Amino acid sequence: MDFDLSKPQKLLKETARQFFQRNCTAARVRELMESETAFDPALWQEMADQGWTALIVPEAHGGLDAGLVELAAVAEEMGRACVPGPFLSTLFATALIRMAGDPEQQARYLAPIAAGDLKATVAILEQTANWNVDSMAMKARRDGDTYVLSGSKMFVADAATADVILCIVRAGDAIVIVPVARTVAGLTIERMPSMDETRKVHRVMFDDVKVRGADALRAGAADAVVRAIDIATVALCAEMVGGMQWILDTTVEYAKTRHQFGRPIGSFQAVQHQCADMVLLTESARSAAYYAAWALTENEPAARLAVSVAKAWCSDAFREVGNRGVQVHGGIGFTWEHDLQLYYKRAKSSETLFGDAAFHRERIASFVVDELPRSAGRVVSEPTVAAAR
Amino acid sequence: MDLNLTPSEQKFRDEFRAWLSANVPELWRGAVTSENRADHIAYLRRWQRRLFEGGWAGISWPKKYGGRGATLMEQAIFQEELALADAPHLIGTIGLSLVGPTIIALGAEEQKARYLPPILSGDEIWCQGFSEPNAGSDLASLGAKAVRDGDDFIVNGQKIWTSFAHIADYCLLLVRTDFESAKHKGITCLLADMHAQGVSVRPLRQMSGDAGFNEVFFSNVRVPVTQVLGQINNGWSTAITALMNERANLGTGIQVLFKRNLNALIARTKTIDRNGRPASADPIVRQKLAQAYLELEILRLNTNRALTSLSKSGVPGAEGSIQKIYWSEMNQRTQQIAQEILGPYGQLADFDDGQWQYGYVRSRGNTIEAGTSEIQRNIVAERVLGLPKSY
Repeated sequence: MDFDLSKPQKLLKETARQFFQRNCTAARVRELMESETAFDPALWQEMADQGWTALIVPEAHGGLDAGLVELAAVAEEMGRACVPGPFLSTLFATALIRMAGDPEQQARYLAPIAAGDLKATVAILEQTANWNVDSMAMKARRDGDTYVLSGSKMFVADAATADVILCIVRAGDAIVIVPVARTVAGLTIERMPSMDETRKVHRVMFDDVKVRGADALRAGAADAVVRAIDIATVALCAEMVGGMQWILDTTVEYAKTRHQFGRPIGSFQAVQHQCADMVLLTESARSAAYYAAWALTENEPAARLAVSVAKAWCSDAFREVGNRGVQVHGGIGFTWEHDLQLYYKRAKSSETLFGDAAFHRERIASFVVDELPRSAGRVVSEPTVAAAR
Repeated sequence: MDLNLTPSEQKFRDEFRAWLSANVPELWRGAVTSENRADHIAYLRRWQRRLFEGGWAGISWPKKYGGRGATLMEQAIFQEELALADAPHLIGTIGLSLVGPTIIALGAEEQKARYLPPILSGDEIWCQGFSEPNAGSDLASLGAKAVRDGDDFIVNGQKIWTSFAHIADYCLLLVRTDFESAKHKGITCLLADMHAQGVSVRPLRQMSGDAGFNEVFFSNVRVPVTQVLGQINNGWSTAITALMNERANLGTGIQVLFKRNLNALIARTKTIDRNGRPASADPIVRQKLAQAYLELEILRLNTNRALTSLSKSGVPGAEGSIQKIYWSEMNQRTQQIAQEILGPYGQLADFDDGQWQYGYVRSRGNTIEAGTSEIQRNIVAERVLGLPKSY
């Protein structure tokens, strides 16, 4: 058993770390945060040149077809730098197209995504803000060989940047995925000002938006949505780990240099214990996120459960690490000027994205309470647990 | 990154699993009382003897000293398989996991020849005489003293929280031999005979009703100078070697018990009522069970990462402290969840054999024994984060 990144994976992570240190400084994050879309075309193109928009794109479409552990390694470093922009949105869309698109649709979208020429997002949440796919209510009406969409989607990340928006809607009883060009007639995009302005969210309103029926992605759409959310969730969890690590490192550094009563505050146990708790929260998050990435890549039967374990933990842990980080910093940590605020708010938007801790705990319960548990759990000799559906 | 066992790890597991299924005795069923305590101890000694004869005692020890030279991963699998097989616990655990490795690392050849074989066979049981009434977390301030008299030391003082002292034949004993030097520098480690004249043991009963640990009094006890382990006045480094071995045990066995416990709780929620439906259908209960589940799962994953890291570095670091904080506090939370779900039934001595009331009370000690959570957090702060010492 080897629960550690391989040498190439470590190298990839180190490369990403240096790249974002250089190309996405905190000052740049703040500029983007205060812009309308938080999108930096030059940065995006450089990320594409590194191959990071191509990570989970099949080789046939110019992608790297990398595993999710590689994806997690890059995402962790994006989280450490609090990178704004449509990476996660485009990744979510990429996963969805990979799973539900026919070969022609895959070729149409995935090759330009891999090259950095196309940005995409997924419009899924509605007024209920419920991540359960069964709760989607917005309808697509069939009119001849056309789908007509009316209604609105909310909390759509990067909708003002995305070239294409994949809308999850109901056609009759079935869930279909309808790609809508951002510039199509009848579509209105309105920013929803929110706490974390490094991740812009929007209300997307459809007023008889017409899309060719043949353009819809249909192959097992409902299941594809769930599986694509799992992949995006793993990337998000890794990103959250990176954010936690930044807060931990920054806080420990501060505790070593800030003096009160003639000593570094990091020599006081009250401060040390806050920091030790941050280590536990962060390392546990890392274990859970990378295990979920590995399990999904390997098609472990319990992979979906692993994703929920990771998201439930990371949702609580990132927020808690943020709380402790600000507390140890004291007044300076509560200022606009200090970069902690970026991560503190990122923790909150990440907490609810793809389902909060309570959502994922209920999903865990549906696996481990409703299905008979095994008589005893193995620690090292076999990956655990009852098979997740 | 590959969380599957390697072929050789699998082979090890299969071999031990097969041996266990042929050799685990019928479990000791009776409650241990003062009348049958001797029988119980004899039963546990027989179990260790059987492991020894099968070649499964002291597996981490080098082959030269009767072990198997097992890798860290194999040791983790060993603990896990013991627990999965519901095997009786190892009565000689202090000798096997703590004293033996320390003697192997620092002992003279005669000491190795004399003490190692009976540790493996279970013929001699060891205890660890470290803590004192006034030296707990601050172990180096210990005051039990040993004064040189010819070829002997004469030991006077008191030890406390000494597990197995009531049945032990020998004690890995820390005493002060230099009263002038700084506190870490005047300590010596002795291999002390518990049957020597002047040693008396008083069992301490725990809140849970168990009587697993003791106070030990030394009154003019003679210990030959040849029984010094390591060097005179260098006992602190001997103690650190021993404690590193203790902390390198990452608790793969105990996790199996946690899992069994959680599964029993989940099964229970299906048969008890909460607001007119099974507790397992109650949204609050489901949230709590899921939290307990995910915390335990993350313990398993942290363990596997720590095992990987320790296997590669070969040096026990602060992983053990992180693990210890996590599992001890997690167990307390989970036991509390069980109490909340079961209500007054959880407190009954005869409901589910009293496992919930026992588990709850027993877990209270988890954050104190083997290094308090506070000491463990100090270790994480200093050794992982490089923060300045607080004391």
